[in-house]
Amino acid sequence: MSTLAIDKAGPTRKVKLRSMSRDRTWALRWSYFFLVLFAIFFLIPPIYMLITSLKSSAEISAATNPWWVFHPTLSNYVELLTSNQFLRFFWNSSMISIVVVIVTMLISIPAAFALARMKFWGSATLATGVFLTYLIPDSLLFIPLFKVLATVQEFTGIPLLNRWYVLVFIYPTLTVPFCTWIMIGYFASIPKELDEAALIDGASWLQTLTRIFIPVALPGLIAATIFAFTVSWAQFLYPLVFTTSIDQLVLPVGITTTLIKGDVFNWGQIMTGALLGAAPPLVIYAFLMDYYIAGLTAGATKG
Amino acid sequence: MAEVALRKVVKRYDDVEAVRGIDLDISDHEFIVLVGPSGCGKSTTLRMIAGLEDITDGDIMIGGDVVNDVPPKDRDIAMVFQNYALYPHMTVAENMSFGLRLKHYPKAEIKARVTEAARLLDITDLIDRKPKQLSGGQRQRVAMGRAIVRNPKVFLFDEPLSNLDAKLRVQMRIEIKKVHQKVRTTTVYVTHDQVEAMTLADRVVVMNKGRIEQIGTPNELYHKPATRFVAGFIGSPAMNFIPCRLEEVGGKLNIRLTDRISFPLPPARAARYSALPRSENLLLGIRPEHLTESHAHLEPGVETFDTVLDVTEPMGMETLVYFGLEGTPVCGRVDPNAGAKDGAPMRLAMDLNNMHLLNEATGVVL
Repeated sequence: MSTLAIDKAGPTRKVKLRSMSRDRTWALRWSYFFLVLFAIFFLIPPIYMLITSLKSSAEISAATNPWWVFHPTLSNYVELLTSNQFLRFFWNSSMISIVVVIVTMLISIPAAFALARMKFWGSATLATGVFLTYLIPDSLLFIPLFKVLATVQEFTGIPLLNRWYVLVFIYPTLTVPFCTWIMIGYFASIPKELDEAALIDGASWLQTLTRIFIPVALPGLIAATIFAFTVSWAQFLYPLVFTTSIDQLVLPVGITTTLIKGDVFNWGQIMTGALLGAAPPLVIYAFLMDYYIAGLTAGATKG
Repeated sequence: MAEVALRKVVKRYDDVEAVRGIDLDISDHEFIVLVGPSGCGKSTTLRMIAGLEDITDGDIMIGGDVVNDVPPKDRDIAMVFQNYALYPHMTVAENMSFGLRLKHYPKAEIKARVTEAARLLDITDLIDRKPKQLSGGQRQRVAMGRAIVRNPKVFLFDEPLSNLDAKLRVQMRIEIKKVHQKVRTTTVYVTHDQVEAMTLADRVVVMNKGRIEQIGTPNELYHKPATRFVAGFIGSPAMNFIPCRLEEVGGKLNIRLTDRISFPLPPARAARYSALPRSENLLLGIRPEHLTESHAHLEPGVETFDTVLDVTEPMGMETLVYFGLEGTPVCGRVDPNAGAKDGAPMRLAMDLNNMHLLNEATGVVL
């Protein structure tokens, strides 16, 4: 055995002498292989959604090739986009997500600035605490939250349950901790001398934040915005629990509750609704991603 | 413009005393350099003058007013940082005018001041660029421009040239000196580079372990250092310190370096040191330029001795020679044509007219 091993040492040495470019070629081939694999894996569901959304109910239930559309139709789209119900869900989702993003930013940015820069007693512990609150799963929180809202409604008489706007107060409990955490990281990476220079130049803390920190940490701000929007847009559990009337529902809950009647699944419209629901985040990512990347590379060389 | 005064200024972080009671008077228009090894408290002192650090004890005065509790923006100072600290999202002009815009100066005056500062620093062409499009030297000019446009009472520089390469550093050093000659603003400049300190300063403040070792003009520090620390810190290559003691030989005061080497002191030095106890352990401080090749005609007070060189370093205009005196490494500077070779014997001359004598235990120059 040992002699065999020695004989084999020859070709192994040859492998070591391979040129860099050949190594690189192989690395690239493997990269492409896995990237294609990933792309297929992640693209199959949306493609299947698209195919199904173009079929009539009859064709969906027919035993034909599910990956091909024999009689394409836009009837699902027409029906959904002309139904007031679906547009209402869309409107509710949009309003909630936009307001949540604004509320989150208004809280997270000053909070992150304070935690990253104003060294006060317990600031480090508080920063960790903020992140830890994010780790509590929302499935544990919705019952106590419901109790809190019910109690407040009972005492104050303000209608809170089954109202879409209450989600605007609840979603930030999910978005603020994480966005604050992201922003702390970005703010902390800004050299200390920059705020000292601003301080000497005569800027107040607020001016330092708005005129130096926010523009410099713009990539982080965009990352946080994308996160907050995605969380609000895709949230399912909270709206399912806190809203029940049809006119108060958001998209994900609305689609599943109104398009599934008993054991009848209106697959064509479900897929169309899901596809239309996925469009706004896609458009926003496509638009912001350019700025995001540009911001990242601009920040790479320290000014 | 104004004078700056520090009175028994102390800075304590928890249980570490970074600055241990500093007294310093800086007069109007003066260029003061704080120099010392890292951790000596020079940057902390500067930051306390800027108001970026609270002072634990003592008083800081700018223009006669105690500014201990005055925030940085109201102290009327400008600071240039080691890493420039330019605002990366603003153009050069916006960077320079930021402070003025915050104070709501009229647009015309801002423009005039920025243009004037840009002209002074030769960055007029760069005015619309962003910091990332500038080289290190250009960024440092912009940082200086930002300080100049404010027309402050005091300029504070915190190691502004440390991030530049050696050649650019020399160039910018001259620029800073030129700018100071034109604007004449009181300046406090921190560096760990003694060459920068010597070349720029009206007066140099040598700091060590949170205390001021000596304050003086560059020449004073070089020729009349007060302590071993200052003597060793100022000058490159550093001063040699050779253990020695005084002895009486035939009624004359001699200095004994080794068993073989004992030199009679020049009359002026002999008179100065005559009262010192003969048995005390002393150090002879002698700069490399006062250890040269031997000539046929020697000045009075110059003594020769033979040694074997360990290493030679030809520098072009001079050759540095290294040898040992009873285990003490010594450096000398000889003429490049004096024939100094690695491992070769050589006769060297020591100019005792320029010697220093130090107490080995206390480090005080006698």
